[in-house]
Amino acid sequence: MTVEGTAQRKNARGSSKRTTAKKATSAKKASPAENRNSGRPEQAEQDQLVQLLTPEGKRVEHPDYSIDLSADELRGLYRDMVLTRKFDAEATTLQRQGELGLWASLLGQEAAQIGSGRALRDDDYVFPTYREHGVAWCRGVDPTNLLGMFRGVNHGGWDPNTNNFHLYTIVIGSQTLHATGYAMGVQKDGADSAVIAYFGDGASSQGDVAESFTFSAVYNAPVVFFCQNNQWAISEPTEKQTRVPLYQRARGYGFPGVRVDGNDVLACLAVTKVALERARTGQGPMLVEAFTYRMGAHTTSDDPTKYREDEERAAWEAKDPILRLRTYLEAEGLVDEAYLASIDEESEALGKRVRDAVRAMPDPDTMAIFENVYADGHALVDEERAQFAAYQASFADADAVAEGN
Amino acid sequence: MTVFEKITIAKAINESLRASMEADPKVLVMGEDVGKLGGVFRVTDGLQKDFGEERVIDTPLAESGIVGTAIGMALRGYRPVVEIQFDGFVFPAYDQIVTQLAKMHARALGKVKVPVVIRIPYAGGIGAVEHHSESPEALFAHVAGLKIVSPSNSSDAYWMLQQAIAGDDPVIYFEPKRRYHDKSRLDTESIPDPLHKARVARTGSDLTLAAYGPMVKVCQDVANVAAEEGKSIEIVDLRSLSPIDFDTVQSSVQKTGRLVVVHEAPVFFGAGAEIAARITERCFYHLEAPVLRVGGFHSPYPPSRLEDEYLPGLDRVLDAVDRALAY
Repeated sequence: MTVEGTAQRKNARGSSKRTTAKKATSAKKASPAENRNSGRPEQAEQDQLVQLLTPEGKRVEHPDYSIDLSADELRGLYRDMVLTRKFDAEATTLQRQGELGLWASLLGQEAAQIGSGRALRDDDYVFPTYREHGVAWCRGVDPTNLLGMFRGVNHGGWDPNTNNFHLYTIVIGSQTLHATGYAMGVQKDGADSAVIAYFGDGASSQGDVAESFTFSAVYNAPVVFFCQNNQWAISEPTEKQTRVPLYQRARGYGFPGVRVDGNDVLACLAVTKVALERARTGQGPMLVEAFTYRMGAHTTSDDPTKYREDEERAAWEAKDPILRLRTYLEAEGLVDEAYLASIDEESEALGKRVRDAVRAMPDPDTMAIFENVYADGHALVDEERAQFAAYQASFADADAVAEGN
Repeated sequence: MTVFEKITIAKAINESLRASMEADPKVLVMGEDVGKLGGVFRVTDGLQKDFGEERVIDTPLAESGIVGTAIGMALRGYRPVVEIQFDGFVFPAYDQIVTQLAKMHARALGKVKVPVVIRIPYAGGIGAVEHHSESPEALFAHVAGLKIVSPSNSSDAYWMLQQAIAGDDPVIYFEPKRRYHDKSRLDTESIPDPLHKARVARTGSDLTLAAYGPMVKVCQDVANVAAEEGKSIEIVDLRSLSPIDFDTVQSSVQKTGRLVVVHEAPVFFGAGAEIAARITERCFYHLEAPVLRVGGFHSPYPPSRLEDEYLPGLDRVLDAVDRALAY
């Protein structure tokens, strides 16, 4: 653990020069001013990462979070991550080809999403942000459904209650309050299911996230806050969001927080299971900070080379979540060439299915503008619908006249 | 059957909440101080005692949290009725209301419903401090997905709230706080008008005054004074601002030929602008005068020592009536 921990520290953030400088500062007990400049989370805090699988693919134990999975379950996690990555890559490509207007890639965050997603029970309810493609996969949402919003044919093309997976929420952090309210409802119903809210390090600065912490603590709501700290909120690093490690925020609200290696699918699974079980058994909320890294851009609209160093990405590449599980599976003899080849084949097939589905996605009917604005109807919407329909019909009439002439 | 010959608007709302909670166990009341205290205006008085803390929920002092968690509870099948303590305090929740509550049904292609009712004691005239006297209704009426209503009497207060709670759309229910203690008749068994129907509150032939909420009473006073001067004023109580029952306003204006819209909110970009434009379009050949508006100024709500000047009162509305009649 110590050896891995050291390697982790060295790789965790940017150049070793920077790490050395920070060490020197902490050695002489940094003044507050120096602390402000150092920015990055304290090294000691990074040692708090819950880890069950090292970046080198070695199984390690943790006193509070253990897990025992069958070979099938382990292979399942690998398959989930590979297919999710493939789906994500395909969507990115489709955006570059002009088939999608935008894409928010999850590259690098597969372990955080699959680990936490596979910890959920069917009757649990998920409130995602807009990057939870891996969690959606775990919930059984057809991946092609995730693309409607990014293609511009709808704002979310699935029924949240079919898979207990709410629509993507674009306004940062809003859904943490919806999750909390939903959890309060679960509690009132006397049900023993749990609710999980996903958000990022940037969202942790939002008032809604703070308010959801307050409400969930005060009402002891069965909600798990799953923060994927991927180190960047578009171009702003985590130190522009917080002066303490994010998981420590929970303490101030009166519930536990834990930082887990977000690139370790086993640790994410184990920790989320514990958090969900706490919620189910009436012990209230918990904050899980998955310490991970967004390998790509925030969305296809930004350019990470303008705001972060290549070395930083390279350091995180060494901690790739899929590679480390594969190394472990191979070392344990749990997968062979044939199995890996079958996953690759499945992955190619998924890619093709996604491509075909997106290209076949019809534009919505024009009159959809007026649909579902209100559940019970609204006189103004009815009036505007009728006017617009008549306006459109006028072209058809004109065309008919022109043809008649 | 219960007939209250004289009941205050505040008490009528209380009775309405009580009736809604008795009728549907999924109805919840939430807000700051709504429990033991019964709300700062005592509108929820006694509800927690009778329905318990699980259904009448004292919340942390966080408006976005109140509305955001209410949305979550609505998604779980509850019908939360949220109290925002004062009009000026709704803005921390504005994001949740506009970006989430208003749009969620459409975003989900109709698959989910968010029947959240937000009660806001609004408008001025009570000598309050800053942020306690505002009229933000136009800001909400502009947002598709929300319904906006404001009762002016006890019967409407009682029925419109129950209709809002029973409906599947989010509704902002603006309570005219300076009228909370005005008394009028309430028959709890009568058949109410539909929620969005405007009401002709007084018939007349020379000019139509259109108003809602706290300004309906001012218009009634205006009509009484005008009657002494031989002018016959018709009053339309709009009751609903989203949607607006333009048909009822149109019928009235086609009869009288003149329209003055009265509200407390600033005139600029206000409800009066919308009504003037629509009615001009619908009644151009019936109008004997341009549609005039009387309302607040383009200034922050003033200190209370100046609010009588800021708020449309008898004289300012009468002046507009005279100007319209002079064409």
